[in-house]
Amino acid sequence: MIIDTSQVQDINSFSRLEFLKEFYGILWVLVPILTTVLGITIGVLVIVWLEREISAGIQQRIGPEYAGPLGVLQALADGTKLLFKENLLPSRGDTRLFSMGPSIAVISILLSYSVIPFGYRLVLADLPIGVFLWIAISSVAPIGLLMSGYGSNNKYSFLGGLRAAAQSISYEIPLTLCVLSISLLSNSSSTVDIVEAQSKYGFWGWNLWRQPIGFVIFLISSLAECERLPFDLPEAEEELVAGYQTEYSGIKFGLFYVASYLNLLVSSLFVTVLYLGGWDISIPYILGYELFEINKVYEVFGMTISIFITLAKTYLFLFISIATRWTLPRLRIDQLLNLGWKFLLPISLGNLLLTTSFQLFSL
Amino acid sequence: MSEFAPICIYLVISPLVSLIPLGLPFPFASNSATYPEKLSAYECGFDPSGDARSRFDIRFYLVSILFIILDPEVTFSFPWAVPLNKIDLFGSWSMMAFLLILTIGFLYEWKRGASDRE
Repeated sequence: MIIDTSQVQDINSFSRLEFLKEFYGILWVLVPILTTVLGITIGVLVIVWLEREISAGIQQRIGPEYAGPLGVLQALADGTKLLFKENLLPSRGDTRLFSMGPSIAVISILLSYSVIPFGYRLVLADLPIGVFLWIAISSVAPIGLLMSGYGSNNKYSFLGGLRAAAQSISYEIPLTLCVLSISLLSNSSSTVDIVEAQSKYGFWGWNLWRQPIGFVIFLISSLAECERLPFDLPEAEEELVAGYQTEYSGIKFGLFYVASYLNLLVSSLFVTVLYLGGWDISIPYILGYELFEINKVYEVFGMTISIFITLAKTYLFLFISIATRWTLPRLRIDQLLNLGWKFLLPISLGNLLLTTSFQLFSL
Repeated sequence: MSEFAPICIYLVISPLVSLIPLGLPFPFASNSATYPEKLSAYECGFDPSGDARSRFDIRFYLVSILFIILDPEVTFSFPWAVPLNKIDLFGSWSMMAFLLILTIGFLYEWKRGASDRE
């Protein structure tokens, strides 16, 4: 068979076109990812500022006020200061584990943002195993904490790392059982499907009303997973100085804080998605999305509104967890583990059985 | 498999997000004059006594062993939970049998006091 040169050129240009198409495809995937990362970073700065302002309000102090209007740039200023600080490596510790620990904690939590829907089509990856991916990835974070605790070669750090690992694996199981009940109810593990299953009856379709026990267990376990104050045993100042962070300085210390606030944000987002109807407007008889899909302008408007609704519900939960910090005293380590293993685990298992029997009954 | 492509790209970008802040301070935050006490482990300002990697409480092991038993249970329940309306009563009852065996094991462990502290 003879192919003349023009045909070869055609084939070449075609393959180049295909290549370009693939290249632009990858480039277009990068845009939402970078937007998400930027949004998350701004979200963390906002949470740090909110935490300081709310704490100040509860304790009747003034709080941050000098950096920017109302002190909104305080977190940025602190972060910049940490960037310029000396990076100390403990002489008897394991340098590699010491340096990798905080990065692993941050990476694993950052990855779980990929399955969170912020709007109708505003999700990085609509996987059929969405919530399962979150559960799998979030169990990697304690490895980072354990590495940093072991690599420091400090007694406080070592004990803090052990406690962090024990705590987060104890509360992982009730948390997962609650998520399992939700995916039983929605017949799907995809986060988008879970939100859409709740959008039928507006406010009354939320999983909060169908799973009240699961909701409370999820809230308690996610507080424990974030190591927030009633459960902040790994970094209890009075006993362990600062737990696994004791030996850290500079930006590595800052990364632990970034990881903890990222974890708080992702937990609140998942409470919103799993129990509070996600991006849905949630007022019955207002059909949100049929209205907005008339033309492009309304579509953009609808997207903005759905992001706003998601964030409003999320920040409500952030406020609750910040206020809890100044309300409840810290538990002891044996109380913490007993609460996880002897109270939350049986109750969440019972909740799962209840949900299963209801589902079978309604078949 | 194309829905996993953004996750793979994100898997490359998220290490960058955490590695850039780690690498950024190197030009201007280098180690100044150090002395042995500065880099030693912090223990109330005294010289650290002994190594930190000594014995620790056996109960941390027990917690992780319990986790290893219960976590696969929950993980294997996900493929069962999602198509529950498609599998018939046999499917759901076989899962109940699995859960019953696990619950018996958990009760045994509870009675033996593996999850007791003190």
